[in-house]
Amino acid sequence: MEQYAVEMLHITKRFPGIIANDDITLQLKKGEIHALLGENGAGKSTLMSVLFGLYTPEEGEIRMDGEKVVIRNPNDANDRGIGMVHQHFKLVECFTVLDNIIMGVEPTSLGFLQKRLAREKVKAMSEKYGLHVDPDALISDITVGMQQRTEILKMLYRENDILIFDEPTAVLTPQEIDELMQIMKNLAAEGKSILFISHKLNEIMTVADRCSVLRKGKYIGTVEIANTSKAELSRMMVGRDVKFAVDKEEAQPGEVVLDVKGMTVASKQHGKDAVRNVSFQVRRGEIVCIAGIDGNGQSELVYGVTGLEPVKSGKLTMCGVDITKMPIRKRSVSGMSHIPEDRHKHGLVLDYTLEDNMVLQRYFEPAFTNGLGVLRRKEIRAYAEKLIDQYDVRSGQGAVTTARSMSGGNQQKAIIAREIDKDPELLVAVQPTRGLDVGAIEYIHQQIVAQRDAGKAVLLVSLELDEVMNVSDRILVMYEGEIVGEFDPKQVTVEELGLYMAGAKRGGAAQ
Amino acid sequence: MKKKSILRYDGVQTLVASLLCILGGLLIGYIVLLIIEPSGAWEAITSVLKSYFRYPRANLQLKYLGQTLTRTAPLLMCSLSVLFAYKAGMFNIGAAGQYVAGACAALYLGIAWHMPWWVCLIAAMVAGALLGAFSGALKTYCNVNVVISGIMLNWIALYLTNMILSTDGVKNPTSPYTMQLRGVNPGALIPQMGLNTLFGNEKSVTIAIPLAIIMALVVWFILNKTKFGYELKATGYNFHAAKYSGMKENRNIILTMVIAGALAGMGAGLLYLTGIEEWETSVSSVPGMGFNGIAVAFLGGLSPLGSILAAYFIQHITMGGGHVNLNVYCAQISNLISSLIIFLCAFVAFFKLAIQKRLRRQEEAALLTAKTEKGGEEA
Amino acid sequence: MILLSQYTLLFASVLLLVALGGCFAERSGVINIGLEGIMVIGALGGALVMKFLPMELGTSLMIVATILASALAGMLYSLLLAVAAINFKADQTITGTAMNMLATAAATVAVKAMNTAISGGSDVSSDIIYTRARDAFIVRFGNFEFNWFMVVALVALMISWVLLYKMRFGLRLRACGEHPQAADSVGINVYKMRYAGVMISGILGGLGGIVYITAGVSSWKFENGVAGFGFLALAVMIFGQWKPFRSALAALLFGFFRALGNVYTGFDLLKNLNLPSSVYNMLPYIISLIVLALTSKSSLAPKAEGIPYDKGSR
Repeated sequence: MEQYAVEMLHITKRFPGIIANDDITLQLKKGEIHALLGENGAGKSTLMSVLFGLYTPEEGEIRMDGEKVVIRNPNDANDRGIGMVHQHFKLVECFTVLDNIIMGVEPTSLGFLQKRLAREKVKAMSEKYGLHVDPDALISDITVGMQQRTEILKMLYRENDILIFDEPTAVLTPQEIDELMQIMKNLAAEGKSILFISHKLNEIMTVADRCSVLRKGKYIGTVEIANTSKAELSRMMVGRDVKFAVDKEEAQPGEVVLDVKGMTVASKQHGKDAVRNVSFQVRRGEIVCIAGIDGNGQSELVYGVTGLEPVKSGKLTMCGVDITKMPIRKRSVSGMSHIPEDRHKHGLVLDYTLEDNMVLQRYFEPAFTNGLGVLRRKEIRAYAEKLIDQYDVRSGQGAVTTARSMSGGNQQKAIIAREIDKDPELLVAVQPTRGLDVGAIEYIHQQIVAQRDAGKAVLLVSLELDEVMNVSDRILVMYEGEIVGEFDPKQVTVEELGLYMAGAKRGGAAQ
Repeated sequence: MKKKSILRYDGVQTLVASLLCILGGLLIGYIVLLIIEPSGAWEAITSVLKSYFRYPRANLQLKYLGQTLTRTAPLLMCSLSVLFAYKAGMFNIGAAGQYVAGACAALYLGIAWHMPWWVCLIAAMVAGALLGAFSGALKTYCNVNVVISGIMLNWIALYLTNMILSTDGVKNPTSPYTMQLRGVNPGALIPQMGLNTLFGNEKSVTIAIPLAIIMALVVWFILNKTKFGYELKATGYNFHAAKYSGMKENRNIILTMVIAGALAGMGAGLLYLTGIEEWETSVSSVPGMGFNGIAVAFLGGLSPLGSILAAYFIQHITMGGGHVNLNVYCAQISNLISSLIIFLCAFVAFFKLAIQKRLRRQEEAALLTAKTEKGGEEA
Repeated sequence: MILLSQYTLLFASVLLLVALGGCFAERSGVINIGLEGIMVIGALGGALVMKFLPMELGTSLMIVATILASALAGMLYSLLLAVAAINFKADQTITGTAMNMLATAAATVAVKAMNTAISGGSDVSSDIIYTRARDAFIVRFGNFEFNWFMVVALVALMISWVLLYKMRFGLRLRACGEHPQAADSVGINVYKMRYAGVMISGILGGLGGIVYITAGVSSWKFENGVAGFGFLALAVMIFGQWKPFRSALAALLFGFFRALGNVYTGFDLLKNLNLPSSVYNMLPYIISLIVLALTSKSSLAPKAEGIPYDKGSR
């Protein structure tokens, strides 16, 4: 009989209206790396919440080492040796690495912290597993990769045997990803059982022993990685054949729409400049994609272009007009549309209705506001309904639905409808498909390509290499605030891009 | 289709929540009275609620109703100030100080410079607006929380007002109060336009009352119908989205505080320019009008129209406090009740959320059964 | 000059105690605008003990009993904030504002009821007189009146620092104010820690209240509340960047300007300026506004302060 560290058997968890987990079985062997694959909304996080005792399932049971267990809360899970590296790290920024590691299980005498022993234990563990990080550094001062190592050390310090990694590679450079894969293999070799939650097929193929797939709350199956292929996994995940390529014609670039010369943008996080002396152009009828690891200045580059932050130096022109110091509103009116990185922070007023959000960029136009500054409610409703219809935005109560109550995909569709319908000269789209399922992603890619074909200039920022390769006509790689390379997606490999993204190579740019 | 519960409507939810707050406040107030002296407690709490209705003669009732309304007007203005700023995401605790500044400007111009009432009223608005603008500017340029700057400015305004209104010719030489407007400059009194005849010839009844109600309507219109209101609420709900859409978010914040300040300042003008009372220059705590405005704004469900009702209610019981048997109880029992009501108002969001959650669960359950039934038919 | 330093130290003690109270609440993630009200209730608790406890029991017992009563009263009152903000996720600013109004109203009602009952209706004031008991706190060195409350403030400062930075409790408390989800994920009960933070702020706020009303006078009119001192303490805390020792320095600075208002007539230079007393009353508030305007640009406030923690949304 197979020895399993954790078994989740026939788990069913219902929420009003939906079944989030429908008879799902997941068996994690001792010492294996087991991938859990599924799209956003497939039920992965619900399943993990059940494992951590946050939800009580209606049906099914959890076994550990063959015995039935009841996990009531995360502390129960911790006590049983289950630890998790969350996608969004659970680290206190202004604490040291050591403080974060010991928090919750602090060695004390009479309530006073005894950090010396803890520090030695952490140092020993760092050595053993190759998790190098300074225990006395502040979290806010170290790289994302080091923060992740801190999270791993947190689990090891608690002597957890079952380690769960939730989408751990999203924030790492390719090199850091390789290191992480190696660390995971080391940990498995030491007898730890690892559950690796991901939607990135390449990584699963590299590191995992087995893979379980979920789709729309249902359990699809478990396969041995040795006996499967990427194509099979993706078919299991999506339920149909997935075209990795986006249908599009050859680009026909026209005249320059956006011309950025020597732009520098200061950082809000640290004293240095986030964008340093960057120059590029975007022409009519092409999609230019800014690729790079998160946090290399892409956000600030967009802030500079759209006017959300002032630029320190450099010159920006749009359709021949100097927009360097132009206010946001004026840029928008002169033909710039912006699909923002964070739809909740920038893109929507969540407590406004859908119709009020639909006119967020146009409410002041005479069509929607009369000469006395009074809103034309009827026209706003009609316009919103037109967009809802045309772009198939689904919501509970149509135009009067509160944006907050809509699904992420439909919120994003609403933003895209609003920004595209403005009929811009330049469309700036930042991670437009983040957190969406394959259907929505395909739709959005089609819309972006359609804009290009209609003769618009498109500036796309993406962290997903697949998206970068499939959608763009030209790739600019950003590293530490600079553009370090320019490529034609048809003539470059992902591996080559990775080297530039990590800063290992530079200079391929035809600036 | 099942008929929709009336609890679905936001207005109904607000009303229910507000009534619960009032009930809770009265109940605790009653318990306090019981603890102090059980025998007269019921009489005391009914005195508070009855207020001027205790007078047997209709004429007297009207007179005191008039006084209550005169004092309701400034309270309504303060609550409009608080809710206007709140819609733009700021907690205008500084309304108290803006009110004080308004009183200072109105009385000084009326007494020292013999200005007509409308100049005094405008001056009150300007003074309040200046203080509000200061808070707004500190917020946008120096990142000072509006609550903290508002509190500091409350005290600064108080002492400054005491100082300015203590000057010769403004302060009554024989008392700590300012000179009576009626005696010094009757032109500074807001005209009655015959309204007083409706209220048993109560002298203090003036067009201040309709002016305050008109302001409530104006605020409602601005917030709900205009482009400016749309921008302002967007800024309050999501500052970043407002910036993203190119609204001048900093200008809007300052402008909002200017308007909020002007509303509170005008409130003071509407009270002191009726001659119903004088400013006491030795007062050492910030008048409660602005703080009560916070209570009213929340009790009124943050709607200008709700504020009208809430302001009347709070003023009604505040006056009622004066009618308890002062040999046993004290008038501050009304303050106790109104502060309890605000405290409970902090829970309103929670109550409403609970109601909404319950409704949603019922709906979803209904939907689910409907689906299963349908599925059964198909099979 | 001696008088000035004496008042500076006393007012600084008040501000420090209350500001430390603010630190504990905000470090745990709860904004405590209600400190002003907590001071009033703490003052009431202490004043009642000073009025009713017979002096014959000795000065040390008097001191201990007064301190305990104020601390307890403040702590109990702070539970109103804790329940509203932590369990019911109420808006912390509204709750705090309501608590300030409620404290003055409740104290007035209570003291008036008490005075009315004791005097049989002839005294309906809101005053409590504690002339004799106040002497228990004072040790005279020549002209300088040393007050035991100064020691209390100093001890509170030391304990706060150790608690926040050297003990497990502090580490966990600060984590709850910075990143409650992180704290929760390692098994720390965020609700409990926030309760602890608010209750400690109640204890310190209550202590601050009794120190304030006994600082210069031997009777107190509760209708007047504590004249905005709770708010000044908040400014002290912000200027002190939520850190005990920096707050202590800030408290000395603000205490000095507040003390000037009490003793400026003793200085010929200031007296000759012939400024009305209102100017001196305003001074601490003006200074605090200026200081805040200059220092708020880069705030070190706990990141999660004011945001209710909801276990469900992780």
